[in-house]
Amino acid sequence: MREFLEGSRAVAEVVKLCKPGVISAYPITPQTHIVEELAQFVANGDLASQFVNVESEHSAASVVLGAVAGGVRAYTATSSQGLFYMGEVLFNIAGMRLPLVMTCANRAISAPINIWNDQQDSVSLRDCGWVQLFAEDIQEAVDLHLVAYKLSEDKSIMLPVMVCMDGFALTHGIETVDMPNQEQVDKFLPPYEPLYKLDTSNPMTLGALGDPEYYTESRYAIQQTLKETLDLMPKVTSDFAQVFARQYSGIIEEYYTRDAERVIVAMGSVCGTVKDVIDELRKKGKRVGLLKITSYRPFPSHAIYEALKNISKVAVLDRALSLGSYAPLASEVKALFFGKKKQPQVVSSFIVGLGGRDITRDSIKEIFRLLTNKERSCEFIDLKPELLKEKYE
Amino acid sequence: MFGPLIVKPGSSRNNKTGSWRVESRPKFLQKNCIACKMCILICPEACIEGMEKNTYHCDYDYCKGCGNCAAICPKADIVMIKEGVKE
Repeated sequence: MREFLEGSRAVAEVVKLCKPGVISAYPITPQTHIVEELAQFVANGDLASQFVNVESEHSAASVVLGAVAGGVRAYTATSSQGLFYMGEVLFNIAGMRLPLVMTCANRAISAPINIWNDQQDSVSLRDCGWVQLFAEDIQEAVDLHLVAYKLSEDKSIMLPVMVCMDGFALTHGIETVDMPNQEQVDKFLPPYEPLYKLDTSNPMTLGALGDPEYYTESRYAIQQTLKETLDLMPKVTSDFAQVFARQYSGIIEEYYTRDAERVIVAMGSVCGTVKDVIDELRKKGKRVGLLKITSYRPFPSHAIYEALKNISKVAVLDRALSLGSYAPLASEVKALFFGKKKQPQVVSSFIVGLGGRDITRDSIKEIFRLLTNKERSCEFIDLKPELLKEKYE
Repeated sequence: MFGPLIVKPGSSRNNKTGSWRVESRPKFLQKNCIACKMCILICPEACIEGMEKNTYHCDYDYCKGCGNCAAICPKADIVMIKEGVKE
């Protein structure tokens, strides 16, 4: 049924339909509305879940780790500093091969303290063994939660999935969303059947000592399995399409790339703005396109190569930095072309929308304008040079 | 693909921590032992066994050579000897 919903409310509704047995979270802007709604559902008796209030994100992540280890579907959500505080537990959840879904409402990292949207939080935790899926709009955020549970709980995968949605732009934005109903969700997502669980009648240990004899193989297995999720994704999204009549790739999306000369590569809500600019420029006969990356982890190198190999100029947008080095997404896009026969003449890298700075249509047009034969590395868009004149001598 | 999740109980037996020993190992003299069990209690690997006086010994597959047993023995009936020296 089509409803006019705030992003957080829509996500809370879809998580409710997934019937997690345990929810634990600690409030942090801009994630708060999601877990507030879920707490309300539980308190009102609309959701038969245990909502565990905790004193920190580290504890929230530990509670859902324990819940999944006990054989129960679980859910948590966080943002920014909270995600960092969960950091070591996130590695544990992946290392113990526990399927879990978390929403990360993407927000900048302190200092200076900033509650607004960029993607530094989840991008900084790209190496923790979780699948990371980035949503473009609220509808996709809703749908990716369903895809996430299905993928995560597949018995050949058993790895956690982080659904990343831009803070405020998606969590607090309001859109018409085609909300699934319980019958559809039950058809797509059967009850969670653990492959292994903590059980006193069949005791076992999770996360035990993995000394030099074992540790390497446990990491190798995660590395291989993450690659395999790219092979499984088309099946999951085609099952999804059959039930919900919406088709996603779940990996990448190409928008007018086939005949394009200049293509922007981006993740998350900025893709909507880029599409609008492309529509405008296409009307003027400009051959421009967008490659949207949904699956940041695993990184779909092959799919990106196929999409961009014949494009002459590529601009990669990062809403995060690897301070002191290249932009995270741009460096990976550039790396995948190394040694390949076909590759773009130029892969330029642009930093946009840090700490909630608006990325306007003009920002995107400026990027297309700067996407020339001259390759640019970490070019900051909409930078205010007048703010860089402070002196403390 | 799943790596060694080490999920079954008792998997710590697979880690032969005796290989961590570098310099010395305990020698149980079994002469003045009073069966006080202090060595059993202090052993971090729980690899010392014995009931009656002068029956105490350790499992060198797991003994890390920390020397705690020798240090705590009230009768100095456990001594640390150089690794490689024949008893």
